[in-house]
Amino acid sequence: MRIVAKDLTYTYNPKSPFASQALKGVDIVIEEGEFFGIIGHTGSGKSTFVQHLNALIKLTGGSLTVGDYDLSDKKCKFLELRSKVGMVFQYPEYQLFAETVEKDVMFGLKNFHKGMAEEEMKAAVKEAIGRVDLDYEDVKDKSPFELSGGQRRRVAIAGVIVTRPEILILDEPAAGLDPLGKKEIMQLLHAIHGSWCKTVVIVSHDMDEIAENCTRAAVFSEGKVVMEDTPAEIFKRSDELISLGLDIPVTAKCARVMKERGIEIDTDFTCDDFIAKTLALWKGQGGGNAQ
Amino acid sequence: MEAVTFENVKFIYREDDPAYAVNGVSLSIGEGQFVAVLGRNGSGKSTLAKLINALLTPTEGKVTVFGMDTADAKQTFEIRKSAGMVFQNPDNQTVASIVEDDVAFGPENIGVPREEIGKRIDFALDAVGMQAFRHSTPSRLSGGQKQRIAIAGVLAIMPKIMILDESTAMLDPKGRREVMDVIKKLNKDRGMTVILITHFMEEALEADRAIVMHRGEVVMDAAPEEVFSRSEELEAYNLTLPRAAYISKKLAEGGMPVKGAFNAEELAEEICASLQKI
Repeated sequence: MRIVAKDLTYTYNPKSPFASQALKGVDIVIEEGEFFGIIGHTGSGKSTFVQHLNALIKLTGGSLTVGDYDLSDKKCKFLELRSKVGMVFQYPEYQLFAETVEKDVMFGLKNFHKGMAEEEMKAAVKEAIGRVDLDYEDVKDKSPFELSGGQRRRVAIAGVIVTRPEILILDEPAAGLDPLGKKEIMQLLHAIHGSWCKTVVIVSHDMDEIAENCTRAAVFSEGKVVMEDTPAEIFKRSDELISLGLDIPVTAKCARVMKERGIEIDTDFTCDDFIAKTLALWKGQGGGNAQ
Repeated sequence: MEAVTFENVKFIYREDDPAYAVNGVSLSIGEGQFVAVLGRNGSGKSTLAKLINALLTPTEGKVTVFGMDTADAKQTFEIRKSAGMVFQNPDNQTVASIVEDDVAFGPENIGVPREEIGKRIDFALDAVGMQAFRHSTPSRLSGGQKQRIAIAGVLAIMPKIMILDESTAMLDPKGRREVMDVIKKLNKDRGMTVILITHFMEEALEADRAIVMHRGEVVMDAAPEEVFSRSEELEAYNLTLPRAAYISKKLAEGGMPVKGAFNAEELAEEICASLQKI
């Protein structure tokens, strides 16, 4: 399903002294199959935007279509849409509530597919728990609160992917995890991305994460999309990002300093590419042969 | 006097737990030190922190804070006044609806006289650069600002030790920078002993000393630069290098004469130097 937003606007607390316009005309197209990144600092409108995608926030201005679902149409089948567009909030482990992992993961399924047989549901839960690299037999009867932080986050993700959403949206999926936990979560998302889940959208403050993982990204600032491109092109414009108060990947920081010294490097800013290109540059100049 | 000492400390949460959360830790932290504590989730970092201000007391061994034994219940009050703690989630640490009331909560509870409380609020809000928000509502502040208020709340008790348990984890890069700047300033200008538990390897580089925990034990304890130069060991403890250090290591493995770099500037410096040498 393709996501197309045109001139999306949204105001919190309209017609009140606290009115604040979070979206000021957002245009964005996310193609099916992308691993899309959304960047922007706190208050830039990125969360407001993603909450539109499964109609958690109802459209008030502009147009938005997700596949064949037209969200400006009041007759749009919102329940169906929500089962196809999964949303994982920041720190989703705080939303776990059931007494066992199995019941928690099953909750969404029960609500979306009321007529589904118990056996069928159990099978879907088992698959979802397996998908997030947890041992079903080991965890199913445990309380989610007995698990470690990283495991709890996986359970929360399982609870969303159990309905097999075609689009999965995650707000800061790796925040607060230790470095290895971060890496594992991203690997998990790539594995899910290759299956029935065709599109992944992540909101992230971690520019290295965006550079390493995304096919394309959009930069939000003051309620608008100011850049929409591949990470390689976006991070070439590091001056602009810095002036927007955003961070840039370590590789881009390094490339900036090198450029000031007159050394240009043509990289996509992933670690591996940066290392390969730097070594190539060095060898190209005869490095390694001199001794 | 040492600010904190651990003498062969073991801690177990429940008697039937198969493993100790902290397992035979001995260390001492001098007054005025800035110590980062690293380790995977579940390695015992938070337990270590809670043992310092007597939120937990050792199952075996002894923990002292400025000579006071944390197992001695009569000292608990004094210990908590000496060692303040800031937690991860800024939203769980506000108790009042106005910033100055929130900061006053700690001193009110330890019975500081009213006139003195006003002075302490001033001091604490100045120290974290939040004086301008004195009459604001915490819920309308950003994450970084909220966390600075939480720090101010601890400062108002005038502790000599500040323990931060992943206090930057939920913040955006700007908020994280704000909090790190405040912590560094408190350490430098006021000689505050800082114990920073973090998953951000880059933050550990700003400390004087880095302690790595693994399965309840202290497995590395050295200057951060030294800890990050022992990359194989770090990997064994499931930790990663700061990105710049990782890149410089890979370049060196590829034959380039670069020394270990710990941030982007140093890395660029090293790369330029080896390119221009040719």
